[in-house]
Amino acid sequence: MQAGQTLRGAGRTSLTAVSCVLFASCDRGVLGPKGPIGRAEKLILFDATAIMLAVILPVIVLTLVFAWWYRAGNRRARYLPDWEYSGRMEMIVWSIPTLVVLFLGGMAWIGSHDLDPPRPLQSQNPPLEIDVVSMDWKWLFIYPGKDVAAVNELVVPVRTPIDFHLTSSSVMNSFFIPELGSQIYTMAGMTTQLVLQADVPGVYVGRSAQFSGDGFSDMQFNVRAVSTEDFDKWVAVAKQQTDPLDVSGYASLVQPSHADAPRTFSSVNPGLFDYAVMATTMPTKAESH
Amino acid sequence: MTLGKLSWAAIPFDQPIVMGTLAVVGLGVASILTLVTYKGWWAYLWREWMTSVDHKRIGVMYVILALVMLLRGFADAIMMRTQLAMAAGGAQGYLPPEHYDQIFSAHGTIMIFFVAMPFVVGLMNFAVPLQLGVRDVAFPVLNNVSFWLTAAGVLLVNLSLFVGEFARTGWLAYPPLSEIAYSPGVGVDYYLWSLQISGLGTLLSGINLTTTILKMRAPGMGYSRMPVFCWTALASNLLIVAAFPILTATFAMLLLDRYCGFHFFTNEAGGNPMMYINLIWIWGHPEVYILILPAFGVFSEVVATFSGKPLFGYRSMVMATMAICVLSFMVWLHHFFTMGAGANVNAFFGVMTMIIAVPTGVKVFNWLFTLYGGRIRFTTPLYWALGFMVTFLIGGMTGVLMALPPADFVLHNSLFLIAHFHNTAIGGVVFGVLAGYTYWFPKAFGFTLNERLGKMIFWCWFIGFYLAFMPLYALGLMGATRRMQHYSDMSWRPWMLVALCGAVFIFAGIALTVAQLIVSIRQRDRHRDRTGDPWTGRTLEWSTTSPPPPWNFGRLPRVQTTDAHWASKQGAATLASESNELTSVHLPCNSPTGVFLGFFAVVLGFAMIWHIYWLAACASLGALAVGLIHAWRPEKEIEIAPEEILAHEARAVRGVA
Amino acid sequence: MSAADLTADGGHETPLSEQGPAPKQVVVGYGFWLFLLSDIVIFSALFAAYAVLSDATANGPAGVRLFDRQRVFIETVCLLASSVTCGFGSLAVQKRNLTHAYVWLIATLALGASFLKLELSEFGAMMAMGAGPSRSAFLSAFYTLVGTHGLHVTAGMAWLIVMLTQLRTLGFQPMVRRRLFCFGLFWHALDIVWIGVFTIVYLGAH
Repeated sequence: MQAGQTLRGAGRTSLTAVSCVLFASCDRGVLGPKGPIGRAEKLILFDATAIMLAVILPVIVLTLVFAWWYRAGNRRARYLPDWEYSGRMEMIVWSIPTLVVLFLGGMAWIGSHDLDPPRPLQSQNPPLEIDVVSMDWKWLFIYPGKDVAAVNELVVPVRTPIDFHLTSSSVMNSFFIPELGSQIYTMAGMTTQLVLQADVPGVYVGRSAQFSGDGFSDMQFNVRAVSTEDFDKWVAVAKQQTDPLDVSGYASLVQPSHADAPRTFSSVNPGLFDYAVMATTMPTKAESH
Repeated sequence: MTLGKLSWAAIPFDQPIVMGTLAVVGLGVASILTLVTYKGWWAYLWREWMTSVDHKRIGVMYVILALVMLLRGFADAIMMRTQLAMAAGGAQGYLPPEHYDQIFSAHGTIMIFFVAMPFVVGLMNFAVPLQLGVRDVAFPVLNNVSFWLTAAGVLLVNLSLFVGEFARTGWLAYPPLSEIAYSPGVGVDYYLWSLQISGLGTLLSGINLTTTILKMRAPGMGYSRMPVFCWTALASNLLIVAAFPILTATFAMLLLDRYCGFHFFTNEAGGNPMMYINLIWIWGHPEVYILILPAFGVFSEVVATFSGKPLFGYRSMVMATMAICVLSFMVWLHHFFTMGAGANVNAFFGVMTMIIAVPTGVKVFNWLFTLYGGRIRFTTPLYWALGFMVTFLIGGMTGVLMALPPADFVLHNSLFLIAHFHNTAIGGVVFGVLAGYTYWFPKAFGFTLNERLGKMIFWCWFIGFYLAFMPLYALGLMGATRRMQHYSDMSWRPWMLVALCGAVFIFAGIALTVAQLIVSIRQRDRHRDRTGDPWTGRTLEWSTTSPPPPWNFGRLPRVQTTDAHWASKQGAATLASESNELTSVHLPCNSPTGVFLGFFAVVLGFAMIWHIYWLAACASLGALAVGLIHAWRPEKEIEIAPEEILAHEARAVRGVA
Repeated sequence: MSAADLTADGGHETPLSEQGPAPKQVVVGYGFWLFLLSDIVIFSALFAAYAVLSDATANGPAGVRLFDRQRVFIETVCLLASSVTCGFGSLAVQKRNLTHAYVWLIATLALGASFLKLELSEFGAMMAMGAGPSRSAFLSAFYTLVGTHGLHVTAGMAWLIVMLTQLRTLGFQPMVRRRLFCFGLFWHALDIVWIGVFTIVYLGAH
């Protein structure tokens, strides 16, 4: 009696929990991708989940069913006190996970290569390079081809592969726009690479996904995906701002601050990104001799 | 005689929450000390517990330590949940980032190192020698030392709350954030020293239990007749011996960076933060298997016992366990697929991670087929086992999901990740240790825990877990990142509120655990275990009295099958054969070495944290002196005469042991 | 659980795994072996760090410029010789010959001290020319790897002094012999680690 109630309670709770998660947030964030990378990743998520649910849901059900049926009070159930080995069951028991893993392993191999962050995207539009520097606690975006820069606001043209080159001015961060897909770490002294694309115009949220200190929660930036014409207009407006970004401007930018309002720069010192990559590797004080 | 960096400014007089906690904790500790002194219990505590080298006593002390630290770790959790329920939109909540960052770092550090590890080590300490049919572990005094080193780490971590600060880096303290340039305070030093000290204790315990399992088993107990819990304990302790030195070395490198200006992981002069991440996870992944394997072992014992059947597929369980042990060293990169190692490397580690799901799946099936054809008794431990089987499957699934690098690219460091590892940590480790606690409690203390409360505790944890963490899966899919102190997206807030409800349920479960202890102690005469075998068990610990005498077994049992105790009850094979003469038993004497070493470890750690180097030197000398005194100790032993053993066994037969 | 498991001891020899708890000497030696293995894991992590950082010289001096192969050769001879003397010392202990044990073990101590002196002079010379551990990641890794080995040698020597005293005050009791056995294992293991250091750090310097 108690056993039955117990099991029904367990079953109900699990089912509710699973449904809640499945039906939540159906077209937001990771489940509402706005670009090809995100779409491919969402597909992998769904496929893998479906395959695994096909195995674990029956196992969960069987667990509850066996526990209930073989309860001590059930006189109809067979008691098999010596049944502890069966070659056939062993074969099945090792094969099912192995087969699932073989399949998912294949998905992992293919997916890792197809969605390798620096992998270029096929598109009729030429890629746009954007150099990214994560700072304490804001983001700097340099558009080398357009000779403008922006802080905490990323404007990109739609249906254009964006070729990100990323570094950090201090500690590790992770550049992440959930609605566009993959994230990648930013690290001082080196460059990581990521290719993303926005197919749908709109405003999305980007943030850092690697904890970097007290101002971490404010490291959010707007991502505006706009038409090519609007993008060119934005560049033109930015170039009318009076402040260019040079090395000394960069030096004051890297000072810790948070919740910085978005701003742009009319031009960028040509070697600034390379400078940013190497700047943290310089000794900060005289090393002991 | 300077005090290094220490000054009155180290005490956070301006933080009401901390000061309030200090008042409560101070009052609590003072009351306990006063009570103990007033009742004259110091001699008893010193003789019977603090200096005890008996694995049963040490096991109990580890579990008490874990349960006490669960209160602190959970307090951190409730603070985080309430903060996140409040800090939506433009609101900032009540915990500014400087505090919130310490709280989530302390929560993770305490739960892994000072709740899960001691609980698991405590259960293994208590049960393994009994299950192996021997009298103690290989190195009883070392066992005591290990406990006090762990306790020293606990004390240091708790001191950080009142004197100074804790790390603000997360529980693994990645550089460059944890380097002196970005964390100039004492927080990271508290973290590093307390973990170095307790890590040494853990390593010594790993050596101890491995030696015990491999070199000290009852006559006749070949490897294939060992209980499955002992196999999982073996795998776990082998992992401790192989993995913990890496943690020690990595933390030593970070300490050298912070104290002596070395450049292992700094941004400048060629340091390599990526190397820290690799090294720490080469330890970190085996660590989670160190925790889960003994939990799996508990479930194997519990499911078999309460189904009234032997565990299905003993041999494949053992092979699966050892496979997991080896494979756990080959998957570490899945913790940082997004660091940019390239497609081949990512894919390799992704595939390896999935391969480790195979033996885990095999285990689940074996438990399932143990239930099949059983006569299942729905006791509290079995509730935990069933709850585990359902919950862990989901956690495992989300783990395999994130083992796919492209899926991980959008889920890494999100609340989905948090939900996954709490899914396996709570559904696996916590459920397992609470099952083990309930299962072996009567063996340790001679009476069972209140069953009704036990089931209520289970439901609180079970419902609480789902309410607290299923929303986090959804939030992760919505793009929510971990370790955020506030967030601007208001649509996240309802999920955070549901999660807070879950935390409240778990709080109820923890409160009921305390209540259950009090009630069970009150009702102990009603629930006395007079036979030593309250669950109709299968393994050797159930052939002793509850609690067992200090010598465990008067005559070492002569084992001829697996499930040796069950076999002897069926009359299939006798245990203590007559040719096994009853001679005097020699037990090692108590030793104060562990207490003193623990004391000097705390002083050394504290002194190093605050850069009080003369004090650190004194503490080191003190520890050295303790070691030398121990080296010259007389090799006395306690002799238990055969008459005493026989008298104990006679009382047991009469049911009054 | 086959029928064979249920036989009484008739006929075949009990396998070692079924003979019950091993004697204390075996248990202590085994446990100490495990400790040595864990120590070697620490060294592996330091070797790994050294390998990763061996090119991170931060425009500073590299190994090939700094290391004096001759001095290292003499250090190696000292350490290897000390293993030989330690071996002879162990034999003397087995034969319960106090004088011989003392002679060989003090020789071990002296050779260990020579090794340390040479190593410290190497470190001192390097630091004097600005190649200290905080100069670059490569040097940090070098000093830590070689220095950790040196610290182990120092600890071993301290242990040996204690053991020599215990031999004096307690004689050849089983406990003292067990500890000397463990010391021997430790000292020889340090030799093996040194061979790794010698090969990877000094011969592999570039």
